[in-house]
Amino acid sequence: MRFSEEFETRFAAMLTHYPTKRSALVPTLLYAQDEVGFISDEVIAELAQRLDLTELEVRNVISYYSMLTTKPRGKYNVQVCTNIACMLRGGEELLEHCEKKLGIGHKGTTPDGLFSLEEVECIGACSWAPAVQVNYDFHENLTNADLDRVLDEYRNKANH
Amino acid sequence: MATLVSHPDEVRVISKRFGQGATDIDRYLQLDGYKAVQKALAMQPDVIINEVKSSGLRGRGGAGFSTGMKWSFVPKQSAKPKYVLCNGDESEPGTCKDRLIFEHDPHSVIEGVMIAALAVGSHTGYIYIRGEYRYLLVIMQKAIKDAYAKGFLGKNIFGSGYDLDIYWHGGAGAYEVGEESALMESLEGKRGIPRIRPPFPAVVGLWGGPTVINNAETLAAVPHIILGGADWYAKLGTPKNGGTRLFCLAGNLNKPGVYELPMGYNLKKMIYDVGGGIANGRSLKAVVPGGSSTPVLLPEEIDVAMDFDAVAKTGSMLGSGGVVVLDDTACIVKFALRTMKFYRHESCGWCIPCREGTDWLEKTLIRFHSGGGVNKDIDNMYYLSENMLGKTFCPLGDAAAMPTMAFVKKFRKEFEDHLDGKPCPFEKEVAIERSPVMAH
Repeated sequence: MRFSEEFETRFAAMLTHYPTKRSALVPTLLYAQDEVGFISDEVIAELAQRLDLTELEVRNVISYYSMLTTKPRGKYNVQVCTNIACMLRGGEELLEHCEKKLGIGHKGTTPDGLFSLEEVECIGACSWAPAVQVNYDFHENLTNADLDRVLDEYRNKANH
Repeated sequence: MATLVSHPDEVRVISKRFGQGATDIDRYLQLDGYKAVQKALAMQPDVIINEVKSSGLRGRGGAGFSTGMKWSFVPKQSAKPKYVLCNGDESEPGTCKDRLIFEHDPHSVIEGVMIAALAVGSHTGYIYIRGEYRYLLVIMQKAIKDAYAKGFLGKNIFGSGYDLDIYWHGGAGAYEVGEESALMESLEGKRGIPRIRPPFPAVVGLWGGPTVINNAETLAAVPHIILGGADWYAKLGTPKNGGTRLFCLAGNLNKPGVYELPMGYNLKKMIYDVGGGIANGRSLKAVVPGGSSTPVLLPEEIDVAMDFDAVAKTGSMLGSGGVVVLDDTACIVKFALRTMKFYRHESCGWCIPCREGTDWLEKTLIRFHSGGGVNKDIDNMYYLSENMLGKTFCPLGDAAAMPTMAFVKKFRKEFEDHLDGKPCPFEKEVAIERSPVMAH
């Protein structure tokens, strides 16, 4: 299967960073997921072969890490933190607002495939709570209205 | 990009380059960058270790172990390669300090890893950054590349004849990987399941080689110690608690933010002065002083110096620097429940007391918070937590048990107020949920 040139350059470099091939597995899985949208059977077979692992060994690792998914999700994954620091400053209300606005629940995806929603554990934005990560971008100190604006921006971005 | 704050009581050591454009290597060089490692190259390894030991620097990840002491455990001679591993898997709820270091001063971490490597005779370092911090991984990748381009890394660094490689590594979402042995498993491309100790990583670590594992903030402090001297650094803090640390003020405060304060700074002052006091004119109910795993403190317990030893005397821990402040509208049962939901989610399931304990505690707290609790649940939760302590390979079980015991002990009345089908006094509507009562 084909990944981007950037992926291949990075992957080749990573193999030289460790005494064992398998050490490249965790970061590589995330980079592969970024390109494909999720970790498909094809990705698993490919990486297993490249790193001299069985597919089962790769799956075993995938199921441990919360950011890795074997199911397709929306173009923008909206991750709302409701852990203690965010909870104290309205994280749960933000999540509820998102659920209503997007019409989906935890790990759901909108029918147009644009947004997925996830309630996540601490993302390291405690002093700027409540916080949301959309894919890898942080959005902090949010009110419901701020979040509406953020979501609209992503929607516009997708339409252009 | 996280917003920066300031306060006159701050003593800027680790944060002195924040907002100064120091991600650029030339700017970092202008700001005394890579001077400490060059100084260290001219020092004997034992001298470096002693300097760090006498600086009173203790692990900023939360355990507070003497950094110099940790380094001294690495055997001088080793058949297998030795490694330095920077722990940037920052995930303890309440903690967001390493994020700022990586964002504003990535080279200080690289330099810290380099000095640690020189001290223990290692030629390979890794900087592990949690998967959620992708933008920081990008910053670090560039910083490492720039350091290689200048000849600071690779063969014959600074013309010294010493070879040193440092590599980046990204995680993919796992709190437990912040625990040192799980971190090594993750770096080796496996599930982050903890290893039994002994042997300790300093003797048998990554790929079986002796390994030094330090938190990113700890390593970022090292160049400053080498340049400024151990005495200067030690005197910034309190006895046996050298230097400063980044405190992450979070929760119901007027001015939350990450502030660099001397070790031993008074917690009450931190909340009411630095943090601007309790938001919305409310009053203080409780403080979690060092990340979600540290036992809660009551308002009458906060006149305490924030160093490892003084906070330990209160029965809590200084932990990771995450100070989470609760005002009087917060429900402790709900707070305990959210804390436990986290630990249940993050428990890897390897050790039964942690896997089953966190699950039972969460189920009990869900039922309890919704008014379905019975009196004996309160003692059961304490008993269950007590029986998780010290019975697991890694401290995740302890991290779940310790705060729960403190919530139950210090807020028993509030737990009782939820009994007998009474709705949570802090919430308007809570659906009653009935899950099994634990037999005991």
